[in-house]
Amino acid sequence: MSDETPYTEPVERVAYDFGLSRRSFVQVLGAGLLVSVGEGLGLAAERRPRGEGRRGDPAARVHIGKDGAITVLTGKVEMGQGARAELTQAAAEELRVPPSRIQLVMADTSLVPDDGITAGSRTTPSTVPAVRQGAAAAREILVRLASQRWGVEPATVEARDGTIAHAATKRTLTYAELAASEDLPKALGQPAPPDVAMAAVKEWKVLGTSLPRPNARDLVTGAHKFPSDTVRPGMLYGKVLRQPSYGARLVSIDLGPAKAMEGVVVARDGSFVGVAAPTTHRARQALAAIAETAKWERAPHPSSKEVFDYLRQRAGDGAPKNPFADELAKAAKTLRQTYRVAYVQHAPLETRAAVAEWSEGKLTVWTGTQNPFGYHRELAGAFGLANDQVRVVVPDFGGGFGGKHTGEAAVETARLAKAAGKPVSLHWTREEEFTWAYFRPAAVIDVEASLDAKGALTSWHFININSGGAAVDTPYRAGKAQCRFVRSDSPLRQGSYRTLAATANNFARECAMDELAAAAGVDPLDFRLAHLDNPRLRAVLEEATKRFGWAERVKNRQLDVGVGLACGTEKGSYVAACVEIRISRGYQDQFAVSRVCQVFECGAILNPDNLLAQVQGCILMGLGPALREEMRFEKGEMLNPRFRSYLVPRFGDVPQLDIHLLNRPDLPSVGGGETPIIAIAPAIANAAFHATGTRIREMPIRLPGAKEP
Amino acid sequence: MATDKAIAFTVNGQPRTVTTDPGRPLLEVLREDLGLTGTKYGCGEGRCGACTVLVGGKSVRSCVTPVGDADQQAILTIEGLAKGHALHPVQEAFLAEGALQCGFCTPGLILEVVGLLEGKPNPTDAEILAKLEGHLCRCCHYPRILKAVRRAAAGRTQP
Repeated sequence: MSDETPYTEPVERVAYDFGLSRRSFVQVLGAGLLVSVGEGLGLAAERRPRGEGRRGDPAARVHIGKDGAITVLTGKVEMGQGARAELTQAAAEELRVPPSRIQLVMADTSLVPDDGITAGSRTTPSTVPAVRQGAAAAREILVRLASQRWGVEPATVEARDGTIAHAATKRTLTYAELAASEDLPKALGQPAPPDVAMAAVKEWKVLGTSLPRPNARDLVTGAHKFPSDTVRPGMLYGKVLRQPSYGARLVSIDLGPAKAMEGVVVARDGSFVGVAAPTTHRARQALAAIAETAKWERAPHPSSKEVFDYLRQRAGDGAPKNPFADELAKAAKTLRQTYRVAYVQHAPLETRAAVAEWSEGKLTVWTGTQNPFGYHRELAGAFGLANDQVRVVVPDFGGGFGGKHTGEAAVETARLAKAAGKPVSLHWTREEEFTWAYFRPAAVIDVEASLDAKGALTSWHFININSGGAAVDTPYRAGKAQCRFVRSDSPLRQGSYRTLAATANNFARECAMDELAAAAGVDPLDFRLAHLDNPRLRAVLEEATKRFGWAERVKNRQLDVGVGLACGTEKGSYVAACVEIRISRGYQDQFAVSRVCQVFECGAILNPDNLLAQVQGCILMGLGPALREEMRFEKGEMLNPRFRSYLVPRFGDVPQLDIHLLNRPDLPSVGGGETPIIAIAPAIANAAFHATGTRIREMPIRLPGAKEP
Repeated sequence: MATDKAIAFTVNGQPRTVTTDPGRPLLEVLREDLGLTGTKYGCGEGRCGACTVLVGGKSVRSCVTPVGDADQQAILTIEGLAKGHALHPVQEAFLAEGALQCGFCTPGLILEVVGLLEGKPNPTDAEILAKLEGHLCRCCHYPRILKAVRRAAAGRTQP
């Protein structure tokens, strides 16, 4: 990725347009020292660059109040992945204060710099350095202020524990005393030095430690207000009319029955129809009353059973032909296989939710999103508002996993609030989320490969239809290689999901590599190592297989027990997994994953406990689409939009976990909340082959003859 | 529409009366009428456990419990667990083990465990797992949650 291009992910937005009036809106922080990196202080909303708040971005980062309170500002969000802890650590490290001194303000678009979307594992490599840079600049300004006051060289004073100290004369000034200083304007007049020193890894005192979630106490007491918990004075509860099937067109509807209900507001704007009422119950009744009068014109829609053919038939400019036919012709062994991955959904426990409030033409929305500034722009666009007439506030919310990049729920809420003239809360039902939120794309992946007589990979041709280009390139050495992503016409709205298409691509690649190893008559580990040059990927693979006892486990076969392995790299981090599965024979053969040994490496570890939680979470979340999760649909209707029929992992699915984090203090830190998900599914499929002798080339992975749910 | 009824119960020890449609889910009355937003909506079908509260000491899924069923009952929600600044031991255990990621499932899980330990101070691991199976954590923080629950259960057995 270029340093100049903001990180983006593919999203299909719902194109609402509710053009309305324009006014202005100003929001300020309290008095004190406001340190900007690069430029002077000002309002984030006025100078907001689009994209990631990298070094040198003109973005206010650090505010030190006259009472010494330290506020650090970031456009990143907290959804359980641990950004609040790690960014607090980043600021505390460079300001040289305990983390408890830092108050981190996240994702209020009227206050914070645009740090880009919270996705793509970008917080660690991009925002942590930006926050450190801002905090180090603030520290440097405090150092200069104190040294000027004392008439000493800045190099002779030291910042330590919220205090600037001059050891030779035993003089000290606290940050609070300096923030109250009359010298402040002069100090602020000097630009923050661009080359301010940041702590080296070996000097870290706060980074590299397991700081817990700073607001954990509010989460165990119920005091924390999630977006869906937001309450505003006079607030109503909204419901939106949904189509009975994908693509259905509203022909007519009688709004009368809802309008006749006491306290109910009805809004219609083109195809958008919604209600708001004093309670959710009343809103549900009002919506039901008009929904039964609605006439719809349905549209054809493929079923999930035929969707893979549908996607292949509509593959972009046509899938490129394999240019390595000569290699296949002269090969000792060849592989030609297709791998399929079903549509799945993120299903964050907190469904889409927003509260919207209009005041003097200005719109404030509290919502859960990974894309606060994207929502900000989406709202401004939908209502024809100027940038400074919109404010998006993102309280720490209940899970994202790549699923909360688009703002339709916020736009719907704002439209209802506009009609009601009162704040409105909208909280999608689980069924709405499972039907109208977007999905991880289904994949059809064609792999063709050839081996020479010595078992060396002479050609590799890999085509992903529909699901994406993440990790489409192979890390393995091949004589000739072509890897492509080809777009198709997805019948479901699709978008990002934890590590995007890397899961599908790694599934196909790692299954195919296992098949090629078998064709070459070589152990799957040896076959991979023979084609692998990247030392970091080799290191995690060797460590995982050593810890698992791979060589022994392959030699000593047990009845109805299978072992499999897989590895991969994406977003600059490296993962390898060995799994053990156990088959239970019966009317229908089934299997359970009994053990997972995974090794993960993402450079210097910022917070070991949080990283371990992310790796565990990835493995267990990854079990869902590997074993059971798939959206099933027919005639434009979702057949399993509920947790009783869309089966996500539960406590009982947790296998024995042996997770090892390889720390590399010598390497830059990269994110760890995504890539650990990509090895589990192919390792399971390969273990199923080891146990049964049958290759399963689909996710979810089901044994032959297993009943579909 | 059903006729509104006066329904009286205690919530976290406080007597409350609501006059409402007795068919409304208890969850919505707690959140919308009583301002107790610590109890969460996750699925509306009693399958995720996020809405768990204790009614008469037993865990119920408040999203599928009509408020009328709570008439004359004692309801405990997450807001009523701590005594002033002193957290309940189950809350302490969740904090000590770092047993949350996004935290949306946390209140329901904590109340489930409180209910379990009230009724059965020394549950077996199988009994713990059976109770937890009805709860979803989409962050899949299951191992750490299980550790916290075992820690809370072990704490109960000590004098």
